Amino acid sequence: MIWVVIGASSTIAREFARQAAMQGAGILLAGRDRDDLATNAADIATRANVPVRVEHFDLADASEHIALLHAAQSFANGAEINLFLAAGTMPAQTEIDADPGLAAATIVTNYTGAVLLLQRFAPVFEAQKSGTIIALGSVAGDRGRLKNYVYGSAKAGLHAYLQGLRARLVRTGAHVVTLKPGFVDTAMTWGLPGLFLVASPAAIARAALTAAAKKRDIVYAPFFWWGIMTIIKNIPERIFKKLNI
Amino acid sequence: MTRWKSDRFAGWGRTAPALARAARPERQAELDAAFASAREFGATLPRGNGRSYGDAAQVTDGALILGTRLDRFISFDATTNLLVAEPGVTFGDILTAFLPRGLAAPVSPGTMYATLGGALAADAHGKNHDRAGSFGAHVEWIDLLIANGETLRCSRDQNADLFRATIGGMGLTGFVRRLALRLASASPFVRVKESRIDDLDEFFEEFAASRDSATFTVGWVDALAKGGRLGRGIFETAEYAPDAAQRPPGLRAPKPIPFDLPGFALSAPIVRGFNELYWRRVPEAGRDGIRALDRFLYPLDSLADWNRLYGKRGFHQFQAVVPDGTARDAVRDMLEKIAATGNASFLAVLKTLGGEGHGLLSFPMRGVTLALDIPNVAGADELLSSLEFVARDAGGRIYLAKDSHQSAATFRATYPRLAEFESVLAEFDPEKRFESDLSRRLGIRGRPA
Ligand SMILES: Cc1cc2nc3c(=O)[nH]c(=O)nc-3n(C[C@H](O)[C@H](O)[C@H](O)COP(=O)(O)OP(=O)(O)OC[C@H]3O[C@@H](n4cnc5c(N)ncnc54)[C@H](O)[C@@H]3O)c2cc1C
Repeated sequence: MIWVVIGASSTIAREFARQAAMQGAGILLAGRDRDDLATNAADIATRANVPVRVEHFDLADASEHIALLHAAQSFANGAEINLFLAAGTMPAQTEIDADPGLAAATIVTNYTGAVLLLQRFAPVFEAQKSGTIIALGSVAGDRGRLKNYVYGSAKAGLHAYLQGLRARLVRTGAHVVTLKPGFVDTAMTWGLPGLFLVASPAAIARAALTAAAKKRDIVYAPFFWWGIMTIIKNIPERIFKKLNI
Repeated sequence: MTRWKSDRFAGWGRTAPALARAARPERQAELDAAFASAREFGATLPRGNGRSYGDAAQVTDGALILGTRLDRFISFDATTNLLVAEPGVTFGDILTAFLPRGLAAPVSPGTMYATLGGALAADAHGKNHDRAGSFGAHVEWIDLLIANGETLRCSRDQNADLFRATIGGMGLTGFVRRLALRLASASPFVRVKESRIDDLDEFFEEFAASRDSATFTVGWVDALAKGGRLGRGIFETAEYAPDAAQRPPGLRAPKPIPFDLPGFALSAPIVRGFNELYWRRVPEAGRDGIRALDRFLYPLDSLADWNRLYGKRGFHQFQAVVPDGTARDAVRDMLEKIAATGNASFLAVLKTLGGEGHGLLSFPMRGVTLALDIPNVAGADELLSSLEFVARDAGGRIYLAKDSHQSAATFRATYPRLAEFESVLAEFDPEKRFESDLSRRLGIRGRPA
């Protein structure tokens, strides 16, 4: 089987691709930074004896989606296609508030782009009647917050979309995992104040592979974020709206 | 667009945390951006996993550039065993990826969490120094980001002066962004021979008998034993055991120490008891056994964050090497001084080293090295100074990767190639962009602060 890893320069995707390769899967790395992806490909090829390929890909440019689909099919060469979607950006809310263009970009990379791409790939999963899509949501999508609501709303939209896609694909035998990481120690969160219980990218990648193997639907990573988010979701809005989080 | 994080950064001994900013590039291009952006903050320094004990990997009020996320293998040539990698690759990564193929790092420090960049900057030595030399001896070339923003390929033939300055150069010549390391044959298990040693003379006899033939040798000394028992301990030699059961040595997750221990945990009676037990663990007649390579090379790694055992005030690590000719007297002198203060320390490590390293500031010389933890309590300063003087007077030197205390005068008197090192820095870093708290303390390139 192969994994198409989208947004492959992120450290979560880097770790995911490594671990999936160690389990014997072929890896197609898709993303914008070709030089960096070439280094990731070399890393994987040095660790594991699996086929690896790099495809230039921009999630925000829907015209590239079909090309990626074809590249994945030719790379898979009949083997099962699986998809790990980790593309996304998280600008500070204050920056977004100052620049409407940034709001648009945030929605495109975290929501619209993901939906359009998965719509393209869904028929492939229906046809092969198997395979897994893992998409990175976020605990930020569970409730809109002062500090992060454009990003959070895009992820919330993605969560809803993934629920529907899951229902569509389960009928054929394919599976969709919504992975909701809490704080992860990546470039996205580096130096941000107020983080706690920060997980390593490798731990998130492990959780993703386990969720796929066990066909879990919605997974918090690490698991205890389920408890944290249950509490946060249950705070009454008239109180929550005044919280500085 | 580099994001800087302000934080306190310390060495593994945690005695003198420094406020600094840090960037952690995840891609090669981000490294260049971070280095350019660091200019506004003054002094810059590479940092790996922070396993050096003292102040080598911190720079107060400066900018640290962490190499830990530049952690990819770039190529491996199975005919020459040459591995090209980014500097954030750790010894643990190499073990996991290559031991199943019968290969390992040719030289490894006592922790698998050290990065290749850190090991190169320290010119680290392992338990096989007599025969294998230090880390730099196995590095074919490096790509070094230097002060003017260029990256230079450095090797024994190309930019050879920078190459020699960077090996053991404690991050002061630039940022190693890629390096080529020749791996060595290995197997997942070693046969370890342990024997009880009653006193220091016996240790020297054992080392003399096996240092040129055994693959690995190491001694553990009870640093609190006095009088006739001075220098008692355990002597270990090990050979690869290729015939032992072929189980890949899955790295066990270390057990964490969740908080700083209170002071009494390391009081003299407790440590004395521990050392006694450790010594008695090996039967009088000695013993032979098979051990997984990682357990043999990295015994301390099974306790995560064990440095917290020493509590909030932290600890110093003292490591000196003294030449063979003076070693017996000097080591005895040091052990007597330690035992007399009773400044409790777990086992001290005694090893032989085979010769000088390739780097201008490489630590090793042919002789004997003693390393031990010294809790940062009243009297530690005096003890460290007296040990420093013994090492200096015996013609030895103190290891920069461990040092938190030696004087600039001792350093200058004991590193004979320092002037050459400083002239390389003057040529390639005239603006003094690279500095560390260690270089300031020791007055490298100028008077100590
Ligand atoms: C339990 C334990 C056992 C040890 N055993 C041994 C041993 O047996 N033998 C031995 O020799 N050492 C030993 N050490 C020391 C250790 O090997 C060195 O301190 C090593 O430098 C740590 O690597 P690091 O990645 O943590 O580097 P750090 O501590 O983060 O940095 C060390 C130095 O390397 C420089 N540096 C880091 N990355 C780069 C880079 N990319 N480019 C240029 N410079 C860089 C830094 O500026 C700094 O001067 C031990 C340490 C511990 C904690």
